[in-house]
Amino acid sequence: MSDTTQNGPMLAADGTTLKRSLARSLRREKTRALLLISPLLFFVFLSFIVPIVSMLFRSVENSIVQDTLPETVVALQSWDAQSGELPDEDVYAAFVRDMLVAIDEKTHTRLGSRLNYEETGMSSMFRRSGRQIKRLDPVEDAPFKDKLIEIHDGWGEVQTWAVIKTHSVQYTDGYFLNAIDMQRTVDGPAVQPENKQILIQLFWRTLQMSLIITGFCILLGYPVAWILANLPMRTANLLMILVLLPFWTSLLVRTSAWKVMLQQQGVINDVLVWLGMVDDAARLIIINNQIGTIIAMTHILLPFMILPMYSVMQTIPPTYLRAAKSLGASNWTAFWRVYFPQSVPGIGAGSILVFILAIGYYITPEIVGGTKGVFISNRIAYHISSSLNWGLAAALGTILLAAVLILYWAYDKIVGIDNVKLGG
Amino acid sequence: MATLTPVSRKPFSFVGPVMASAGAVLGLFVGTANGSGFVGVLVGAAVLAAIAWALMQFSVPERIGRWSVFALFAVAGFLLSGIPGLVAGGLAGWFYGWFHYWLFEGRYRAKLQPYLTSGQVLWHYAFRVICGAIFVFLITPILVVLPLSFNAQDFFTFTPEMLRFDPEGYSLKHYRDFFTNNEWQRSFKNSLIIAPIATIISVSLGTLAAIGLSQSHVPGRRAIMAMLISPMIVPLIISATGMFFFYSTIGNFLEGTLGLDKTFVGYVKVILAHAVLGVPFVIITVTATLVGFDRSLTRAAANMGAGPVRTFFKVQMPLILPGVISGGLFAFITSFDEVVVVLFVGSASQKTLPWQMFTGLREQISPTILAVAAILVVISIALLTTVEFLRRRSEKLRGMSPG
Repeated sequence: MSDTTQNGPMLAADGTTLKRSLARSLRREKTRALLLISPLLFFVFLSFIVPIVSMLFRSVENSIVQDTLPETVVALQSWDAQSGELPDEDVYAAFVRDMLVAIDEKTHTRLGSRLNYEETGMSSMFRRSGRQIKRLDPVEDAPFKDKLIEIHDGWGEVQTWAVIKTHSVQYTDGYFLNAIDMQRTVDGPAVQPENKQILIQLFWRTLQMSLIITGFCILLGYPVAWILANLPMRTANLLMILVLLPFWTSLLVRTSAWKVMLQQQGVINDVLVWLGMVDDAARLIIINNQIGTIIAMTHILLPFMILPMYSVMQTIPPTYLRAAKSLGASNWTAFWRVYFPQSVPGIGAGSILVFILAIGYYITPEIVGGTKGVFISNRIAYHISSSLNWGLAAALGTILLAAVLILYWAYDKIVGIDNVKLGG
Repeated sequence: MATLTPVSRKPFSFVGPVMASAGAVLGLFVGTANGSGFVGVLVGAAVLAAIAWALMQFSVPERIGRWSVFALFAVAGFLLSGIPGLVAGGLAGWFYGWFHYWLFEGRYRAKLQPYLTSGQVLWHYAFRVICGAIFVFLITPILVVLPLSFNAQDFFTFTPEMLRFDPEGYSLKHYRDFFTNNEWQRSFKNSLIIAPIATIISVSLGTLAAIGLSQSHVPGRRAIMAMLISPMIVPLIISATGMFFFYSTIGNFLEGTLGLDKTFVGYVKVILAHAVLGVPFVIITVTATLVGFDRSLTRAAANMGAGPVRTFFKVQMPLILPGVISGGLFAFITSFDEVVVVLFVGSASQKTLPWQMFTGLREQISPTILAVAAILVVISIALLTTVEFLRRRSEKLRGMSPG
């Protein structure tokens, strides 16, 4: 391919060297491709990637204490929380000055609710003290230490100041510690009290239930994928409709159908009672618990298992199985040693897909899961809309996202993102 | 499939016990429903064995035999439990009549390889029954909703009137409620505003990007692809959380600084969020269509003097149109179905149909949901048919499949 061995460099039609001409056309092609992609890339970046990144940022961002109580934070730096003594008058004076500004801007209640996540009671303390601190004058009414303790006992407790000091950093790992049932204290990270430890358990349950659901999907999906791949084309296409119809039906329709079926006065219990298999007084409780979530989610995610398995099994020639049998293998050996190993990529692809989807599910557990069958995502939603502890919600979301991205990476290694197919 | 194995009639020593065990299963259900399961099993087995014996002894012609078994079971069912019994009995009779001749004539062997042992034949059919059960599991929840939506009562189960096929038990009142209730109508209208606009955005940007991605030299193709597909991979609750924080800031800016209308800003936020969620589906389907696209066609068009725009609309577009449309349908259903993001990003005036259903299911469970669900099932059947049709057409156009 070297062009110097011939008589001079090879020339393109317009007289430039071929090499340069090719490079130019390649460059032009690349630019055109990027130009075509860039509007969407920009759009996705702005309205999806940036929000996700800002959520990640929010899980460590903690400037509220510093912004609301700037002078106090500086004054507290010289105070040793472990000494067991209250801070000096300086700190109290700085605190009153900060509070007067904050009360003017009405930001002290927000700080109160922020600190309330760490120490229950802080919110009402800030709100109540705020009304009385408002009447103080930063110069004339000094000293403040006793006055503040008179306003609220809380200001006379070391713990209050310790909490303010520990959470006065700009970027905190506090939310992440909370997310794994720990808390930030003056002595460094510590385990939460027993009665507040629910999140690790919830993570564990999410993981466990997602695995169970994935397992059921493999169990139910494998025979179906097999039969679809081994039936004649026309029949298989007809049966495929039975798989694709649930896939296309609205998620809420399927969830409400399960709610209707699983209720104690619902279709399944009615049929069982009618058949005499269950006593009317002892109807099965299969909703608002883990069983309900597992049944409904297995049904909802089953097509996502069948479709990848089917596309893999379609490529396995049926003659292999016959060859194995004609060489003397029993049914089981032929299946287990010849067919099954070839279908493993399909199982892997389907499992990861189902697991990724299951681990982040929100709607179905919320409706059929009751209190026992909910996932970590329901907790995130709770912190966003009810408890308004957004930092914790963001931290939980970040952990979940990290888990999903690892799985996604594994999926890419096994299947390849480009090979994702929809609807068979 | 042609017959693989010559079939022959089977003796009673084979047909009798098999029929008896099939009868025992039915007997178990009827028996437990009427008091004693054990008696039911015995009676069921005896009755079916007797029927098999009678049909074989008098060599009843198949047509007459099947009709009489059918009639016998239907009458027995009617006597036991009225109209529902008639239907159930009729179905059972039809099945047993068919089953008897299927066994007796040896038809079950016809389509199997001649060398299979009887154990293998049994497994072959047992496997089919298992698969059938899984298909039933897949489809039942969707089918159950349809008749229940015509319930005259506010119950979520079949009332005795419905089981008797009494016209009194059925009504259209839940549908009437859906079409007259303001809440439902407004949410339906919101869905019809948001989903199409979001679809148009994701389809137009997505198709351009897919064409760009299918060029032979794209720097950083994998990274770009990963980024564009990420909205599908990231769990919805996380996307919703991120968008909740981000879009409230954007919304405050648009409302406060630019002074735009609050409702309008709300719609913009939801539409943009839904458009992003639809993008991966468009990308995936359109790039899949472009894989089989013959590049020499565009070169031929250029050769004949067509500009890139003309080539795109006259040559490329008609060929990839099926993929674009099915990608669009995916994007549409994503938005039309989506509830988590709209719950977080939208406000009450952007309440969509799924949102309304979600609150309906969580708080005041109203049977109108079933009517809505039935309508949505019909819509999804229509969408599925369209997409399947388009997929086949596109495969045919590209010559990838014989049929």
